[in-house]
Amino acid sequence: MTGRPVDLGEPDRLYTLTGGRHRSDDACLDLVTLVVSESDPAPGMTSEHVRILELCRRPTAVVEVSADLRLPVTVTRILLGDLLATRRVTARHPRPVPRATLPDSTLLKQVLDGLHHL
Amino acid sequence: MDSTTSDPALRAPLGPAADTGLKIVVVGGFGVGKTTLVRSVSEIRPLNTEEVLTQAGVGVDDPSGAAGKNTTTVAFDFGRITLDARLVLYVFGAPGQKRFWFLWERLFGGTLGAVVLVDTRRLADSWYAIDRLEHHGTPFVVAVNRFAEAVPHGLADVREALSLSADVPMLDCDARERASATSVLIGLVNHLYDLSTARETT
Ligand SMILES: Nc1nc2c(ncn2[C@@H]2O[C@H](COP(=O)(O)OP(=O)(O)OP(=O)(O)O)[C@@H](O)[C@H]2O)c(=O)[nH]1
Ligand SMILES: [Mg+2]
Repeated sequence: MTGRPVDLGEPDRLYTLTGGRHRSDDACLDLVTLVVSESDPAPGMTSEHVRILELCRRPTAVVEVSADLRLPVTVTRILLGDLLATRRVTARHPRPVPRATLPDSTLLKQVLDGLHHL
Repeated sequence: MDSTTSDPALRAPLGPAADTGLKIVVVGGFGVGKTTLVRSVSEIRPLNTEEVLTQAGVGVDDPSGAAGKNTTTVAFDFGRITLDARLVLYVFGAPGQKRFWFLWERLFGGTLGAVVLVDTRRLADSWYAIDRLEHHGTPFVVAVNRFAEAVPHGLADVREALSLSADVPMLDCDARERASATSVLIGLVNHLYDLSTARETT
């Protein structure tokens, strides 16, 4: 698969989107964290924030938002962080998979059941 | 617009009760069939995106300088499998290049486990991936993607050539076939389940 180049032709735009911020403080946003809109787009929002609110009317993973916006994951996390901070979206993570340890067998059994039903 | 990026409007959304995203990563050398496997198991056309990082691997220090030579762009693809009303599994095709491993924790930390896809004509291409997974303590299975042109090798021979320990499961597959590709994921999750129950009873 050929990777899509970043919007390197428009570095100013990336800068504008993120307000020059270094990175998201919201380290809890994993690639597969599901995000849900809590409000409709409002006038004055950037088109990216509007797109996110539209996309996330149903739960959508951070990485899907990134793919749909065609923005790098880092930039997507920052944009989502803005919306999280203003409570326009929420992140669902009731059962985070612990890092560097195995998830419990109950969860794995549910995954197996799901795969067997495909 | 990349032709593999599907229009979100045409993609079935997750159900309203979906609350837990899980991930499995497919790794292996260039052209071994990672994207093919993702496509075979996915309920959506595979999507792709990328991460842009500085060499230090901490983040985009200065997005305005993203074209600078000290940033690295790593593209990867992924598919999706809805497991039940709440659980959704994302399957990632890792990039073939070695430098991607600097991003492993950042991108794929917290993954359930990995599939190492192997082409018997280029076994050496998978050594690095196996070494890195062991280093990160990520559980994995090895799937031999059967390319028609390849001289058939028994799984035992492949195990020996890769110096794999006996407790790493091995499977044959044809990444192009949905049933075969799905059975690889089932093989991995069975392995994880065994590891998990063994740990819980000790
Ligand atoms: N005969 C055969 N061909 C396969 C199989 N799996 C993949 N291919 C072909 O091998 C080529 C490479 O497959 P990809 O899925 O793009 O491999 P990849 O690992 O994603 O490649 P990179 O992302 O470039 O590293 C494609 O032309 C596939 O059609 C298989 O099981 N059998
Ligand atoms: Mg690929």
